[in-house]
Order: sequence, then structure tokens, then C-alpha cells
Amino acid sequence: MTSRALASLAAVEVIYVGRGPALGPFDLGLEAGEIVALVGPSGCGKSTALRLLAGLEAPTRGTVTRAPGRGETSVVFQAPTLAPWLSAMANVALPLHLAGVAGDEARRRAREALARVGLAGSERARPAQLSGGMAMRASLARAMVTEPKLLLLDEPFAALDEITRRALADDVLALWTQTKPAIVFVTHNVEEAVYMASRVVVMSAGPGRTAGETVVDAPVPRPAGFRTTPQFRHAAEAVSDDLAAGMRTAA
Amino acid sequence: MNRLAALAPPLILIVALLTAWEWACRISHVPPYLLPPPSAVVVALEQNAAIMAVSGWRTLTMALEALIAAMLFGGGLALTVSLSRTLDQAVRPLATALQVTPVVAVAPLVVIWMGVDHPDRAIVVLAAIVAFFPIFSGTARGLASADPDLERLFDLYGATRLQRLIRLRLPAALPFVIEGAKVASGLAIIGAVVAEFVAGSGGAQGLAWRILEAGNRLQTAKMFAAIVALALMAAGVHAVFQSLEQRGLKWWRGR
Repeated sequence: MTSRALASLAAVEVIYVGRGPALGPFDLGLEAGEIVALVGPSGCGKSTALRLLAGLEAPTRGTVTRAPGRGETSVVFQAPTLAPWLSAMANVALPLHLAGVAGDEARRRAREALARVGLAGSERARPAQLSGGMAMRASLARAMVTEPKLLLLDEPFAALDEITRRALADDVLALWTQTKPAIVFVTHNVEEAVYMASRVVVMSAGPGRTAGETVVDAPVPRPAGFRTTPQFRHAAEAVSDDLAAGMRTAA
Repeated sequence: MNRLAALAPPLILIVALLTAWEWACRISHVPPYLLPPPSAVVVALEQNAAIMAVSGWRTLTMALEALIAAMLFGGGLALTVSLSRTLDQAVRPLATALQVTPVVAVAPLVVIWMGVDHPDRAIVVLAAIVAFFPIFSGTARGLASADPDLERLFDLYGATRLQRLIRLRLPAALPFVIEGAKVASGLAIIGAVVAEFVAGSGGAQGLAWRILEAGNRLQTAKMFAAIVALALMAAGVHAVFQSLEQRGLKWWRGR
């Protein structure tokens, strides 16, 4: 690991009792402040890799190294995963409450986090009153409120429509410029991966191994019209080729 | 307006059935001790209104006392059991056995234990036994019902067991507890009536005793009057809990 290394998976394998191997052997190094997308077919163990990075699970074999301490890692799940009985603000303040931050301070920071994702004015709304995109934004605000060093996104936009997911992708990149957390982003959408990540790691069909890696060297947030540039197209094609190769080796 | 319209069909059916009953009695000259006409039941209700109200109140308070006891004990046990898987596995079969055993079978024992002079205590205990299970199982299910990803979030932020209980499991359990209490409220009334029948003495002076007493004297119209009073009371309790459930869920979900 270099001095900027934040977390790494070294030859990790995860084997679930009764379900067999889910991941690996798989390697992934992560440097502070970089944005990595994990792309792969369903069931390749992308989410498992994410849970290893979060420290929520232990590998069957191999080593997980994590620099961030408690409270410095945030996860955004596929669903917004908000507590229905809490207001948007109380949901966002939850990680702070759990860390023992005083009520006033927690509320102030939650209010700011909500404003940063464009939800100023929705502090008192309950999750049931928010649209899918708004609920996902609240979930993002909850992840960012602790100013994490490592932000893990598990297919966070999978349930949203195309327009909303594009807007949210830009929002995530804009948030990234503020505190520069390392982001690992799981998706099965090639365009989304290339648009968001500086490095796209493709995984083969389960149990997932690395099938290829593509570096996307472009400024963040992405310039307007980035999706139509040759650079974007070439990167997307390289990722697609890796994906196809990964499927073949598995078949 | 819609609610009124929804009330019309059942009201029409009830009136039609009562009319048919009244006419059948008049035409066939059935002796009133066998089947009194509805008009006689109404008269019996009027004449015994005071005692029916007092007896209904007795049954209601015994059922509600039982419900509170069941909520304290059932909820407390579910909370205890939620702390340990082994404890849960140990308690489950016993709780289920308690539920499937007919309350009439246990009643004579409880009557002896509570003292034959205190049938009211035995009735509360028996009704609480009947009301216990839906509250216990509802609370236990509710405490385990939190979104697994929310549980993971609590892991991630290193929540203590107490934080997890207060900020996640208890609020997540609330809708299940409310539903359990609603089901239990109906069962508590059934339990209170059955238990009074089995106790078989007038010590508790509830509606079940009014039915027994009138039956022994062949005052069939008065039996019907007590049944009507019981049905009205049970329907009222059901309506109250139904509305509590709706309000509770609306508050919980925020819409």
C-alpha cells in the first residue's frame, strides 16, 4: 500500500454457507479521494465487495485493510433506506446522534447536508412524502453528513428514472468536490460507471474476479456534453469489451 | 356522504332480518321462552337497561384490565426474548402451547388458584392469557422487522445495543404492536366472557352472568338482551381500536 492508500482488498474470497462462492479471489486498491466504479453482471459479488470495504462483513480468505475509523465510512444502499417514522432531518442527523453529537449541532449539520443535496425546505417531510429521487438525495445527505473519507454506493440509482439518475450522478460528483472522499460505486450500467468514475473495474460473472480496468482521465465534475466525447465513447467500449470477456470466461 | 352510503346496505339487511324474525314469531306462535320476537328483546333491554349497563361495564373493565396485563407481560417478554436467540427458541414453544390450549380447559384451575371467592381475578387472568399471544408474537415480529440495510447502517456507525433498541427496533415494532393490541382487545372480551361462564358464579356480575342467570330462569328475551349488549360493547371496542390503529399508523408513516 502506498501512503495515500485508503483501503484495499487483497486476494479476498467470500464463500457463503449453503450458497457457495460469491466473490474472488479479488483484489482492489483504493487511494484517498479517487472515484472507482465496480461494474459486473448481477450476482458477481459487487455488493459483497462493497460490504467488505465497509467492514460490514469479513472475507472467508484474504485480507481487508481499512484506514478509515469508525464513522468515517458511509454507505448508500439501492433503496433510500430511510426510517419511515423519522423526518428527513432526523434521518440525516441519525449518524451524528449515534456518534453522540449534541442535538442542536446534529440538527444544524443535518440541515446543511440537506441543503447541499437540494432538499432545503423538506426538513420536516417524512420519507413517505418524498419522491424516489428526493428520498435518494436524503439518503445521500445522510451519508455525507459525517464527512466520510470513504463513501460506498451500492447501485444507488438503480430504481430511479434516467433523468433523475443523471441529475443525481452530477450531484454526487459536485458533492465529491467539497470534501473529496474516496468513492466506490457499484453499478451494472456501463455509461453511468464511465461518467462517474476515474477508474472503472470490471468484474466477471460470479464468483467475481477482475476482468479488466479502464482509467477515465477527465475533469470532475464532468464538463457539459461529456457523454458525447470520443473519450467517453472509447472508455465505454473498453468497459463493454471487458464485460463481454468476463461473461465468456464464466460461461 | 360516502360513509352514509356505505352504512345503508348492512342497515337494510339488519332491518329485513329483524322484520322476518318478528313476523315468523307472530305467525307461527313459537313460545317466547324458545324464541322471543325482536320486540320482546327490545322490551327486555329497556326494562334491564341499568343492570345491563352495569354488567357491561364490569365485563369491559375486566377485559381492559386483562388487555393491559397482557400488553405489559407480552410486550415485556417479547422485548426480553429479542435480546437472545437462545431465549427466543426456549420461549416460543411454551408461548405457542399457551395459545393453542383452549382457555375453557385452563379456567377451572385458574379459578381455584385465584380463590373461588374472587371470580373477577380469575376472569382477568384468563382473559389476559387469551390476549397475551397476539401481543407477544406481534411485538416479537415487529422488533425483528427493521430494514436489514438500516440494521447494517447501525452496524456501520457502531451503534450500541441500547441505541439500536431505542432508535431502530422499538419504533420499527410500533405498527406490529398496535395491530397485536387490536386483535388482543377482541380476544380479551371473548376471554372475559368465556371465563365468567366457566367460573359459573355471580361474583363478577358481568354480562356472561346475566346470560347464565336469565337462561336458568328461562327468560330468553333477557338472554338475547344481554347478547345484544355484549355485541354492541364488543363492536364499540373494536371501532375504538380500529380508529386508534389508523391514527397510529398515519402518525408513524407521516401520511
